[in-house]
Amino acid sequence: MLRLDSKSGVPTYLQIVQQVEHAMRLGYLIEGDQLPRVKDVVASLSINPNTVLKAYRDLEQKGFVVALPGQGTFIKVSPESLELSVLESLRASLTNGWLREAREAGLAVQDINALFSTVLQESEQGSDETNVSRKKSGGSAA
Amino acid sequence: MNAIETRNLGKRYRDTWALQDCTLAIPAGHIVALVGPNGAGKTTLLHCAVGLCIPTTGTISILGGIVAGSQDALDQVGFVAQDSPLHKHLTVASMVEITQNLNERFSSAQAKERLKSLDIPLRRKVGKLSGGQQAQLALTLSLARSPSLLVLDEPLARLDPLARHAFMAVVMSAVAETNISVLFSSHVISELERVADYLILLNGGQLQVAGVIDDIMATHKVLTGPAHDLDRAGQGLTVIETQQAGRHAQMIIRSPMRTDLPDGWEASQASLEELVLAYLREPSASRLPGPLGLVSHHADEVAL
Repeated sequence: MLRLDSKSGVPTYLQIVQQVEHAMRLGYLIEGDQLPRVKDVVASLSINPNTVLKAYRDLEQKGFVVALPGQGTFIKVSPESLELSVLESLRASLTNGWLREAREAGLAVQDINALFSTVLQESEQGSDETNVSRKKSGGSAA
Repeated sequence: MNAIETRNLGKRYRDTWALQDCTLAIPAGHIVALVGPNGAGKTTLLHCAVGLCIPTTGTISILGGIVAGSQDALDQVGFVAQDSPLHKHLTVASMVEITQNLNERFSSAQAKERLKSLDIPLRRKVGKLSGGQQAQLALTLSLARSPSLLVLDEPLARLDPLARHAFMAVVMSAVAETNISVLFSSHVISELERVADYLILLNGGQLQVAGVIDDIMATHKVLTGPAHDLDRAGQGLTVIETQQAGRHAQMIIRSPMRTDLPDGWEASQASLEELVLAYLREPSASRLPGPLGLVSHHADEVAL
């Protein structure tokens, strides 16, 4: 179920976290579902077990999953999974709005892809930095 | 507990030092990748760890202070040498039997079960197995001794991508099941990131980098920007490597990072492969570990 993209530059554990979150948001994983066992993930992807454990710990800290010793790791809560209708309307606005404009401006698929991922990455980094500075100021206050 | 600990370890062959002044401590439970150019001293270090070579200077111990090469150490170490040496004219079954007779700690039941799950026929002659199967057989025989430390010399070198994946899957499963420490040398840098969590980089017989990969990743950055501001951008920074192509330049730097980069300069995350290659190309740049390599790098992170 899990897959990895070694060229993406995203750390492996984060890719696992993101995929589980993604699957939860889209409703593929719901409360009570068991995540693949560490040793199965390790065997199928041939990756370091510590990476999988780190990803599962991360998900546990976020409160999405619960690890039951000797049994496995289970989905605890379904995060506010996106409403299908919201998803549909977002998709429609992307298709009929920005994407159409980009095509009309003569952008090729690669251009669109590059532009979109750059913008997305920048906005993600922006929010990361605010988080960091918040943490920092919190730390100095303490 | 440290899986491997060396102090001023050195090995000289006639006039040449294969390994010099190597001091490091690797905590147990890691999967350690040992990288470096040919002749860097990788095999020498591995051989010292498994007791196949006697150090000229210094000491090396494994698994919490057991002298490498002692009987106690040998019982707990599994080693697969380069090219997985096996008796090619024997059948797989005889190979298992021989290993059983030569080792006190060996489970032939476990070995046979693993071989079965890998679809390696017991009656086949070892020489008739594919390269990938031979590597798997050597690994299986090592693992059936239930080692606490598994040492692999260039396990991936002669394997095709599929066989590499299958081989590492077995190693990773063993780690997941039994929590052994693994030390392996490799030239396949692109695949290190997913399997290893600790890196040792040797260059010209010297230890150049040692540390937890997450820490190494967190304390390095790539800076890119216009070449005319290269000197100004690099001022006060620890620059590992600089590359220039026309008006564009990039640097790989080690934290502490500065916040006042010149216009047009950007910092981004370096990949492990970029870092390893940068260090390999610049043997003089070193990121030596602190006392016994256990120093925390959190101070660096705050500076970022």
